[in-house]
Amino acid sequence: MKRLILCLFPLLGLLASPGASAQTPPRAEQFTLSNGMTLIVKPDRRAPTAVHMLWVRVGAMDEVDGTSGVAHVLEHMMFKGTPSLKPGEFSRRVAALGGRENAFTSLDYTGYYQQIPAARLEDVMKLEADRFARNQWSDEEFRKELEVVKEERRLRTDDNPRAQLYEALHAATFVESSYRRPVVGWMSDLEAMTPADARAFYRRWYTPANAAVVVAGDVDVAQVRQWAQRHYGRIAAHAVPPRKPRTEPAQAGLRRLQYKAPAEQAYVALAFRVPGLQSLQVAVPGDEDALALTVLSAVLDGYSGARLDRALTQGPDRVADSVGASNGLLGRGPQLFVLDGVPAKGKTPTQVEAALREQVARVAREGVSEAELQRVKTQWVASEVYKLDSVFNQARELGSYWAQGLPLDASERLIERLRAVTTEQVKSVAAKYFGDDQLTVGVLLPQPLDRSRPPRPQPTGARH
Amino acid sequence: MLAIKNVAFRAAFLGAAALFHVSSAWSGIPIQHWQQASGAAVYLVASQGIPMVDVQIDFDAGSRRDPPAQAGLASVMAAMTSKGVRAAGGDVVLDENALSEAWADLGASFGASAGNDRLSFSLRSLTYPDLLAKATRLAARQLAEPSFPPDVWPRERERLKASLREANTRPATLAGRAFAKAVYGEHPYGYEMTEETLDRIEVADMRALHVRRVLPCHAKVNIVGAVTRAQADALVSQLFARLPSGAPGAACPALPAVAEVAPLGAAVETRIPFKSAQAHVLIGQPGYKRSDPDFFPLLVGNYILGGGGFVSRLTAEVREKRGLSYSVYSYFAPGLHAGAFTLGLQTRPDQADQAVQVSREVVARFVAQGPTAAELQAAKDNLIGGFALRIDSNRKLLDNVANIAWNNLPLDYLDHWTEQIARITQADIKAAFARKLQPEKMVTVIVGAKP
Repeated sequence: MKRLILCLFPLLGLLASPGASAQTPPRAEQFTLSNGMTLIVKPDRRAPTAVHMLWVRVGAMDEVDGTSGVAHVLEHMMFKGTPSLKPGEFSRRVAALGGRENAFTSLDYTGYYQQIPAARLEDVMKLEADRFARNQWSDEEFRKELEVVKEERRLRTDDNPRAQLYEALHAATFVESSYRRPVVGWMSDLEAMTPADARAFYRRWYTPANAAVVVAGDVDVAQVRQWAQRHYGRIAAHAVPPRKPRTEPAQAGLRRLQYKAPAEQAYVALAFRVPGLQSLQVAVPGDEDALALTVLSAVLDGYSGARLDRALTQGPDRVADSVGASNGLLGRGPQLFVLDGVPAKGKTPTQVEAALREQVARVAREGVSEAELQRVKTQWVASEVYKLDSVFNQARELGSYWAQGLPLDASERLIERLRAVTTEQVKSVAAKYFGDDQLTVGVLLPQPLDRSRPPRPQPTGARH
Repeated sequence: MLAIKNVAFRAAFLGAAALFHVSSAWSGIPIQHWQQASGAAVYLVASQGIPMVDVQIDFDAGSRRDPPAQAGLASVMAAMTSKGVRAAGGDVVLDENALSEAWADLGASFGASAGNDRLSFSLRSLTYPDLLAKATRLAARQLAEPSFPPDVWPRERERLKASLREANTRPATLAGRAFAKAVYGEHPYGYEMTEETLDRIEVADMRALHVRRVLPCHAKVNIVGAVTRAQADALVSQLFARLPSGAPGAACPALPAVAEVAPLGAAVETRIPFKSAQAHVLIGQPGYKRSDPDFFPLLVGNYILGGGGFVSRLTAEVREKRGLSYSVYSYFAPGLHAGAFTLGLQTRPDQADQAVQVSREVVARFVAQGPTAAELQAAKDNLIGGFALRIDSNRKLLDNVANIAWNNLPLDYLDHWTEQIARITQADIKAAFARKLQPEKMVTVIVGAKP
């Protein structure tokens, strides 16, 4: 981290001398346990707490048609017991240790974590290793928890028009890639899901070579390594199953979709297919473009009053109430650059769409200023310091880089690579990736709120 | 380093396991406190580990002081402080974009927000001397000289009104509004910012509020980060340097009292028809003030009832046993007034009545009987054992310091927090809940249940 902090000086161009005596935090270390499991340890001795995470390189993208959502359902079932722990007992044990816990599932990975007093680290390692190796529950527990998951889907998606639009947008953007399915799963698949589906997914993917333990906080690296070998290193391993590439074919033509839902405001999202970053260690064609696209997104929308804000949401004839730009950059599957906006009163999604694209076209024509480039880089470098305040976020970042197959020092390498991006590169990617042919446009068409209308038809699959 | 003396801090925690049964006096988080000549009260935790600092300045100018016809005034005034600063003291005007760019160029941030009680300004900056000096100077301008540009407010008002209309299409919003109205009645905690109240707010109102309330003599300034006491003192002086200072020795203008929340006379059940994938349920009543001596029994009791993540009674009965809801919780919101006790859940429309019934039974039984000995022990194990998780970052420390400052708690509050938890008994919790909650007189709001 010292290196990064030193980088600040020329970048910010403000500092006469290094004033604050920042200590160099210990670096993260990575090991492979004897059964192939990965261990990453990042000491941070500021407070006597630690975070322990178990990452599995499996997510919704590894599902197949008919059982969408099973990665996430399994994540819920991991709290339902082992031969030695009754349902709910895992959470009671963690709570008794003074801990906080939860889990998360994404397209690319699944993670489980506990935040605990550092003195309790070995206890949660034992608990997590037990359920990673021996998760077990009854069909009755599955039936109840599946209802909880359906409620989660209703909460996050079914009553949220923009979430529904994005679900439809991804389904339209991707044909072969499993990124086309929602992480939580289609309701019809949840209705039809069986205990055997979740158990099979668990047996297939929860194997040591497909998992990483990440520990950050007030810990001793050698001690953690010893505990990890003792509790995780003995878990029986099988080979990680081969993954079918399911490579998304090139898109050859504009796609449009409309989604109607009860809402007041319209909304438009433009998803452009772009290269994702493949490696931080070797040169891969497209990687420089992926990085430049991330700089472009920050120049467009990295701070309030950036280009999109200024052009679309200000002035007497503004077209939008809010706007955004984001670049995927990292992921196991195909990546998107998304522009989005909420039309201002009296304006249409079509006007917002045109205005968003015009801002990218302007960059392609005129480029960006050196000051804008410096500004977004300054923000990134500063955020590298701010992020040290949260041990949890440090562990989360290390885990997600591992899940993407990136090296331990990915964060520093990434900042260095982003800092090297030039105005010319930003101009070049703005000209290269924003045509019609690799674009999918999704528009939310607000419908009047009719409280007496019949409910949206639900799938009629059998309830368990 | 979180604390000024890392060694002392760590020593305090090495025996954390022993704290389960021992109420040891130990030197904990060193909070330094002093008052400046301006009247500003400063609270500092010097934390040298990361070259950054967080500052939170609190004023008694939250939305509880909004005029009823202009509900939302404190909030929109706070948001508008980032829309530009006027020319003053030889510095030129900065419009909203120039101001935002200036912050981005410093890698720092500054902003304001209003809650029920507090109007808060927050600064985050790196502590390299030249950078911090520039960030402090810019923050001082924004704190003292916001321009409240008249051409920007109509735009912001339109955006806010549009987002209100959008929010009103969601069952969760409707439930929250009906609940606040029923629980708080005419009390300001129940004020609702609407299109009509926004239409009655002009920049002149914001300017007047700013001049009246943003005064150093009313400020509580909380600082956590890599600064010494001398640096912190200078930082605060610089932050307030551009605000008018009162005449030497003059009293700080007194603030008018705000009425208390009235208790409910009878149970109220509101059913709002809505076609959605889930019904939204809120159950509750006025709770208690932060200064209430029952604070700790209520904190521990609510952990058991509905606050403790996956292990609470409500989660066990509603989610784990019956699969009725993804999320079910309860919480108190103690403030300068009796913020609400709120129980919330969402469920498939045809299950709403069952979920309401189960939840009411859980609350009624808990109020009548209190926790079991095992539940109390489990709660203490978690709260005491996990105490360090409440203060293990600068951000969390800042919240704690600001809580101590705002509520006039003792400076060693955090040092004795686990002892306060350890001494709570089952009888304490049962008595405190009986004093505060009346299950037979609660508000129930159900939006979107299947008829």
